[in-house]
Amino acid sequence: MSAASTSPIIERGTTTSRIAAIAVAVIIALLAIAPQFLSAGAVDRMTALFIYVILAAMWNALAGFGGLVSVGQQVFFGLGAYFAIRLADTGLNPFASLFVAAIIVGVVSWPLSLFMLRLRNGEFAIGMWVIAALTHLLVNLDRLVQGETGTSLISLNVYDAGTRRVAIYWLALGSMTALLAILFGLLRGSTGAAIRAIRDNEDAAASVGVRVTGTKRLLFVLAAFGIGVAGALWLATSITFQPKTYFNVQWTAYMIFMVLVGGIGTFEGAILGALVFFLIETWFGGTGVWYLVSLGATAVLFSLFLPRGLWGTIEERFGLRLLPVGYRVILPGHAPADDGTAPSPEQTPLDQEKA
Amino acid sequence: MPHPQQQAVLTAAGIHKRFGALVVLDAVDFAMAADEAVGIVGPNGAGKTTLLSVLSGAFPPTAGTVSFKGGDVTSLPATQRCRLGLVRTHQVPKPFSGMTTFENVFVAASHGAGLGRDEAYEEALGSLKLCGMLGVANRRAETLGLLDRKRLELARALAARPTLLLLDEIGGGLTDGEAGELVGTIKELRRRKIGIVWIEHIVHILLQVAERLICMDAGKIIADGEPQAVMADPEVVRAYLGGGPK
Repeated sequence: MSAASTSPIIERGTTTSRIAAIAVAVIIALLAIAPQFLSAGAVDRMTALFIYVILAAMWNALAGFGGLVSVGQQVFFGLGAYFAIRLADTGLNPFASLFVAAIIVGVVSWPLSLFMLRLRNGEFAIGMWVIAALTHLLVNLDRLVQGETGTSLISLNVYDAGTRRVAIYWLALGSMTALLAILFGLLRGSTGAAIRAIRDNEDAAASVGVRVTGTKRLLFVLAAFGIGVAGALWLATSITFQPKTYFNVQWTAYMIFMVLVGGIGTFEGAILGALVFFLIETWFGGTGVWYLVSLGATAVLFSLFLPRGLWGTIEERFGLRLLPVGYRVILPGHAPADDGTAPSPEQTPLDQEKA
Repeated sequence: MPHPQQQAVLTAAGIHKRFGALVVLDAVDFAMAADEAVGIVGPNGAGKTTLLSVLSGAFPPTAGTVSFKGGDVTSLPATQRCRLGLVRTHQVPKPFSGMTTFENVFVAASHGAGLGRDEAYEEALGSLKLCGMLGVANRRAETLGLLDRKRLELARALAARPTLLLLDEIGGGLTDGEAGELVGTIKELRRRKIGIVWIEHIVHILLQVAERLICMDAGKIIADGEPQAVMADPEVVRAYLGGGPK
């Protein structure tokens, strides 16, 4: 802009965030070739990490950005796996089934949103849990599933174990990358600003022209789709489908854990939280009850000492933003990092941005 | 009543609003032209804010119709009315507290005024500048004090490019000096031909802008006309001083 010296400019990224974008691309490229160097077990673990990142990012988008706190997101995880089983049973290629299943989850979430989004706050949160429990029971009625005995994605066995493992790894990596990119694009755009406005005050958002219901529905369906992808991928890695495993509320508990530890309402936080969860699981997962104790202890420590989560705290302390979705105004005559126009005893301008 | 020679842009006819057994608005008729500045006064509980909410679409009336720019908008929600140019501010500021001041205003420019990215930036910056808020553009709204929250309400509503702005006690809780600053901004809006409906208890600042004054009491309009005449109206005096039932 030629008028840049006299009129304020809107900054969307910083030098750091541009470096971060390149780093992200490099990391994804390295991850793509990593199976060549990793053991079979490590490939499986990395696949699990990608699925955790998807779960955390989706729950964070829904609750951290959209204010829609749900404790029933396992319904979409379970349905993703269930529809994949069903589709594979009709003879569809098992890998194709995974993604068609996720699309069906998205489609199913649309009518569900019509009445669930009428509920507010706690009612919505618990209502989603009720929907998950109900769906679990309905899935149990399907003879193919054989109740809690469950069934398997048998058709995947036509591929040998090595091919299957790497294929699922790449699918998970690709899905994670694509879903994160979609979310980032959405949250960074004007719809993202509307989503955060609705979270902060729904009435005020409506009064300045935001389509509240439509925007919430878009986010709800996207989160359902993403978690459906995660559920289908989980099925692909574990082959067996037992309804009580997939429709277990623990999945949502994990999502909440990852997002709260990582930093709710920050794009980077969900990814970091998934990584922390993954490490705790890797180190303590074999210790049975102590694993659950350490998860619980971590959650308590974070809520006491770092209520904004890891990334929320880093952002506040150091003003570091790697994948920013917000906007900063730079007034003429001021350096980008410090506009100094808003002296505030407790915070510097850089720290003000939540998202 | 609107000036007879002018076309009414906003009309409310036979508005009733009941909350359970409580009648808050009782057969209110109101019309105004696009370039008018109308002040609304009245004792607490007169139904002023409820009328504003019915006009802005925050909730529907129990009976009656609201028309804006020649179309019936009674069943249109606030979102659509805002997009048509009928925008309100809130008595108790409702900032998007987790977003910055700029982002608050940008939402309105982008969704309310329906502008593309660059135009929305410009509109948002223009509104912030007009309301004297550029200096706090990067502050998270939850860190703003009352005056800045009031200004933010105004800046955000402006960024939606209103034809008609409904202000609900924008001066409430402010010092005279602070309220005076806001009046300056509102006078600038008048120069830009934005119509204004302004509810305010601080009558002397209201009268710096209002060319027409309405007084409400117990859900009815009891006086409507030239400000000085309305203030001198015996009914108005009785409503304010509590002259007991008529």
